[in-house]
Amino acid sequence: MHISEGVLSPSVLIAGAAFAAAGVAIGLKGIDHKEIPSMGILSATFFVGSLVHVPIGPSSVHLILNGLLGLMLGWKAFPAILVGLALQALLFQFGGITSLGVNTLNMALPAVICYYLFGWGVRVGTSQLVFTLTAFACGSCAVLLSGVMVGFSLYLTGEAFLPAAKLVVAAHFPVMLIEGVLTAACALFLRRVKPELLEGRYAQYG
Amino acid sequence: MLEEEFVSNGCLIHRLDPRVKIVVVFLFSVFVAVSNRFVIMLAALALGLSIVLLSRLPIKQLVRRLVPANMFILFLWLFLPFTFVGEPLFSAGPLVATHEGVLCAAQISIKSNAIMVMLIALVTSTPILTLGHAMHELRVPKKIVHLFFFTYRYIHVIHREYLRLVSAMKVRGFRPGTNMHTYKTYAYLVGMLLVRSSDRAERVLNAMLCRGFRGNLYSLSAFSLKPHDVISLVLMLALILALGVLEWTKMA
Repeated sequence: MHISEGVLSPSVLIAGAAFAAAGVAIGLKGIDHKEIPSMGILSATFFVGSLVHVPIGPSSVHLILNGLLGLMLGWKAFPAILVGLALQALLFQFGGITSLGVNTLNMALPAVICYYLFGWGVRVGTSQLVFTLTAFACGSCAVLLSGVMVGFSLYLTGEAFLPAAKLVVAAHFPVMLIEGVLTAACALFLRRVKPELLEGRYAQYG
Repeated sequence: MLEEEFVSNGCLIHRLDPRVKIVVVFLFSVFVAVSNRFVIMLAALALGLSIVLLSRLPIKQLVRRLVPANMFILFLWLFLPFTFVGEPLFSAGPLVATHEGVLCAAQISIKSNAIMVMLIALVTSTPILTLGHAMHELRVPKKIVHLFFFTYRYIHVIHREYLRLVSAMKVRGFRPGTNMHTYKTYAYLVGMLLVRSSDRAERVLNAMLCRGFRGNLYSLSAFSLKPHDVISLVLMLALILALGVLEWTKMA
C-alpha cells in the first residue's frame, strides 16, 4: 500500500528517505553498466506484475511481488523498487515525491530481509518440499513485513494513527496468503522452466 | 493506463525547462509536506490550482488522477476524527469526534491534494524521457537514470506481452475466481513474463554492446535556460519562500 503525500510527519519522511537512499546506494554498487538492461527489464516486469489483479472473494487485490523480487535481486531490489515507485507516481499519482523514500523503504527492506532469510531454500538443489515452503514463506513474509512497516510509519507520525495502522496491517493478512501461494507457484514454475533465474545471478555482486 | 495524457499542449507552463519544473515541484512538495498552518496549506493549494488553470489541463482527467491518493485520505478520515484526544465536536453513537481530529484530517487532505495538483500540473505534463534527461542534468546518479529509462521503455513492451498472455488465457476459457487454480494460473503468468523478459534482456544487452554501449547517456536535445524559465523559477521560489517566512514567523 502506498502512503499518500502530506500524511506522514517530516521526521518520518526524512528518516525513510535517508534509509532508502542508503539501500539504493548499496544496491547500485552491485550494478555495472552491462547489467542495466536486464535490471531495467526485470524492474519493468515487476511493475507490470503489480498491475495484475487477482480475485479474492467479491473483491480483488493487486500483486506486490516484493518477496519474489528480493529473491531474484537481493539488495538490487532497492533501486528496482525506487524506479518502479517513481514511475507509478508519475504515471498514475500513486504515492508521490516526498513519500517516495518511505514507500521505497517499506517495500524494499522486506524484500532484502526475505532474501537473507529464505534465499538459501529457493535454489535448485533443495528438495521440492523445502523449496515450496521457503518460497511460500518468502512471499508471505515480505508482504507481512511491508504491512507492518506501513503501519509503523503511520504510528510514528502520531498516536492517533494507531487504529488506522492496525487496520492496514490486518488488511495485509489475506494478501499475505495469496502472495505466498503465488510466489511458491511461480518459483516452482521457474525451477522447471528457467532455473538459472533462481540461482541468485542478478543478486550477486560484480 | 500507461499513457501520458497531459503531455504538451504548447502553453507557457508546458514549455518551461524541465529542470525548472522538477526543482520547483520538489521544493514545493517538501515545503507543503512539512507545513503546519491551515492558511499556508490553503495558499499552497490555491497556488497549485492556479497553475493548473494556467496550463489549461483537462479538468476531468485531472480529477480522475486525484482519485487514488484521495482513497487513502478517505480511509484516514474514517479514523482520525475519532482517535484524536481533545475537544469533542459531535458524536456518532459511542464514537466522539474531536475538533483536533477533524482538523488533522482536513490538513492532510489539503496538503496531499496541493502536492498532487502541483505534481500533475508541472511534471506529468513533461514527457517521461525528457524528465529522465533533466534528472541527469540535475546530477541524479547515472545508473538510476539509466534504470529509469530502461524500466519505462520496457513497461510498455512487457505490458503488451502481458495483454497477449491474458487474451490467450481468455481464449482457452480461463475465468478468474477465488480458488487455487486461479492463483496458480496467475503465478505461471508472472513466471512466463519473467522468463520471456530475461531472454529479452540478454538479446537487448548483446545488441547494445554491439553498438558500443558503455553506460553513458547521450541526449539529442540540449536544455537551455531561456528568460521565461529564469523568471518563472525566481517567481516560484519567491512564492514558496514567502509562504515559508509566513509559516515560520507565526510559529515563533
